[in-house]
Amino acid sequence: MDGLITALYAIPALGLVFQLGGYFVAQLPPLAPIILGSAAPLAFGALCGVMCERSGVVNIGIEGIMLASAFTGWIVGVAIAPVIGGSPSDFFGVTAPLLIALAAAILVAVLISLVHAWLSITVRADQIISGTIINIAAFGVTGYLNTLISQSSPTSAGSFVPFIPPASVANIPVIGWILEMFLNQGPIAMSLLVFVIVVQVMLYRSRWGLRTRAVGEHPKAAETVGIDVVRVRYRNVLIGGVFAGLGGAYLSMEATNSFQAGMTAGRGFIALAAMIVGRWTPLGALGAALLFSTFESVGQSITISPPSGQLGDLMSALPPQLYDALPYIITIIVLAGLIGRSIPPAADGQPYEREAAS
Amino acid sequence: MSAPTRRPISHDLRMVAGRVWAIAALPFVSILLALVVGAVIILVSEIIVPKQTFDLAKPLVAYQALAVGAFGSFDAVVDTLVQAAPLILGGLSVAIGFKAGLFNIGAQGQFLMGALGTVAAGVAVADAPPIVAIPIAVLAGILAGALTGFIPGILKALSGAHEVVTTIMLNYIAADVLAALVSGPLKVPNSPSPVTYDVGNAAFPIILGRDGHLGIVLAILAIFLIWWLLYRTTRGFEIRAVGANPDAARYAGMRPRIIVVATMTMCGALAGLAGGSVILGVTHQMTSSFGTTVGFDSIAVALLARSDPFGIFFAALLFGAMRSGAGLMQIEAGIPVELVDVLQATILLFLVASPVLRRLFRLRGVRSGLGSSDTIARTYGGEAVR
Repeated sequence: MDGLITALYAIPALGLVFQLGGYFVAQLPPLAPIILGSAAPLAFGALCGVMCERSGVVNIGIEGIMLASAFTGWIVGVAIAPVIGGSPSDFFGVTAPLLIALAAAILVAVLISLVHAWLSITVRADQIISGTIINIAAFGVTGYLNTLISQSSPTSAGSFVPFIPPASVANIPVIGWILEMFLNQGPIAMSLLVFVIVVQVMLYRSRWGLRTRAVGEHPKAAETVGIDVVRVRYRNVLIGGVFAGLGGAYLSMEATNSFQAGMTAGRGFIALAAMIVGRWTPLGALGAALLFSTFESVGQSITISPPSGQLGDLMSALPPQLYDALPYIITIIVLAGLIGRSIPPAADGQPYEREAAS
Repeated sequence: MSAPTRRPISHDLRMVAGRVWAIAALPFVSILLALVVGAVIILVSEIIVPKQTFDLAKPLVAYQALAVGAFGSFDAVVDTLVQAAPLILGGLSVAIGFKAGLFNIGAQGQFLMGALGTVAAGVAVADAPPIVAIPIAVLAGILAGALTGFIPGILKALSGAHEVVTTIMLNYIAADVLAALVSGPLKVPNSPSPVTYDVGNAAFPIILGRDGHLGIVLAILAIFLIWWLLYRTTRGFEIRAVGANPDAARYAGMRPRIIVVATMTMCGALAGLAGGSVILGVTHQMTSSFGTTVGFDSIAVALLARSDPFGIFFAALLFGAMRSGAGLMQIEAGIPVELVDVLQATILLFLVASPVLRRLFRLRGVRSGLGSSDTIARTYGGEAVR
């Protein structure tokens, strides 16, 4: 009798699941470019994390670095646009001020990374605390300057615009929407794919990659065979800074053309989670970032166009904040579920001290 | 025979002063340097943002307004204490974590959930006599915070999910839960903006000046309680042992997993109490934008105090003074309140770079700036504690 009642309940539940599946299948293709777009800052941040942690430096300051570079890119663009000017070209909407602003954003990210590298490699301070301080400082400085500047109503500097792929691309059966996902992007998001593949290949197929992994796993042994641990770590943290800078610049110069205080909104931390879930590899991190951003986008699409019928009633009844929290909840679930099999580089977070150091 | 000669009092005093200087020198130098950096930032932003005429004395004007706003009158001093109270509790929360080798970045989320629990219970018992209502509301906040701390603790113990990432995720989840409840079930019906009912009789009584509430006393009691727990009980010894070396602690027969879960829960309880004390002492109700930076400032407080319970009092007082004086600084000198965040971060930056500072200023002093917290990164991303 109980089984019968359970079965009776199971039928509508099953129906809801099918409705949900159908809804997602219908929603995903048009969302695809947005999904890759919101995955881009996460993946850039994760790439920064991979660069640092593979060589044994924990960097939880990614959030702060991204915030600082987002602000720098925006403010430099705003400041020099009236001076240099120039109308946007057809090519991704590129202008001279935008390029200079992008360079400034990356420069600031590298400089902050240099501070982190100095504190965690040379001073041998606790790397997590160093990262936390970078986060607090970036939040404070950008918030302070933003409040000062927004009193004098700044103009916009414009932003990079996405490439519009020909309509025939979307009509390609089955993979059309996936192609659209990668093509319908601005230059920064497009460069992400190149960087992910390059770093992935370099990490496992180049001398640099071998040295980086050696330094991250067993710095003492690496030093013994003549690898300069300190130099490898400095270089990797600085290159990681370039990636975090691109992630920040994406937020203020490609996704939007404005800056709000604290606009990274935890993306630097989700990037860390993506790196861990992706097992400290660039490709894995990209996959994890896509997973998180899918949930984020689905949440958005449910609030904008909820599915019809019973499922729609159910989903509209839930508070919208639940969907906002979805990526964070998924992060925790995935972290708790996968970490057992995801092993960090052995020397991750350990300051290196030469044996003969005086 | 004369009585054994006693050392003159002045000698003892000098010894005490030397000891105090040994402990306080680094924070003191860091604070001074941070003020200098803050002054440079103010001057540079004067040049970048050409709004007023350039004024070389602007930093002094700003700092003076900051000091007057924080300590200028009795009410200002009380307000500084009011601002410091949640920072003391939050700082203790982060500090206990540090002692056990855990980095509780989740104080912010636990703070919010504690406030949520307190306001929910406080509204429910708003008509009961205060002697009943206050403890119920406070306990609800502690429980809500403890639960929020328990989650990352148990996740770390069971699967090794690092608390740095899980607690940060919980911070954002807590903010979303708060917004959902305050604009949903807890909202006053027909009110134009999302706001809860008043906690009524559950509100803390005012015991000092204009708005010095009972929470100040609770915070100071908590300092003594945590000091006693850490340094006078077996549990406290276990916490410190696990923080110093989990492997050694396990060989000595302790169970790091259980201690990790218990410590995170305790962290959450303290941060939850901090959130509750803000609700019961200051706001008495909650809006959907209830989200101060107390949780994040708590990390700064714990770091500045090197996780020492009594040091936390002074660190919280400093940051509380900055918060309470920032308003006047903004009005009188036109300096955005965010300058306080910059100052806090700069103080910490100098503390982290303390080996360099010590060499530079020839400070001898006790161990490096962040003392007992230097084992955190070693557990990062690692396997589950055993």
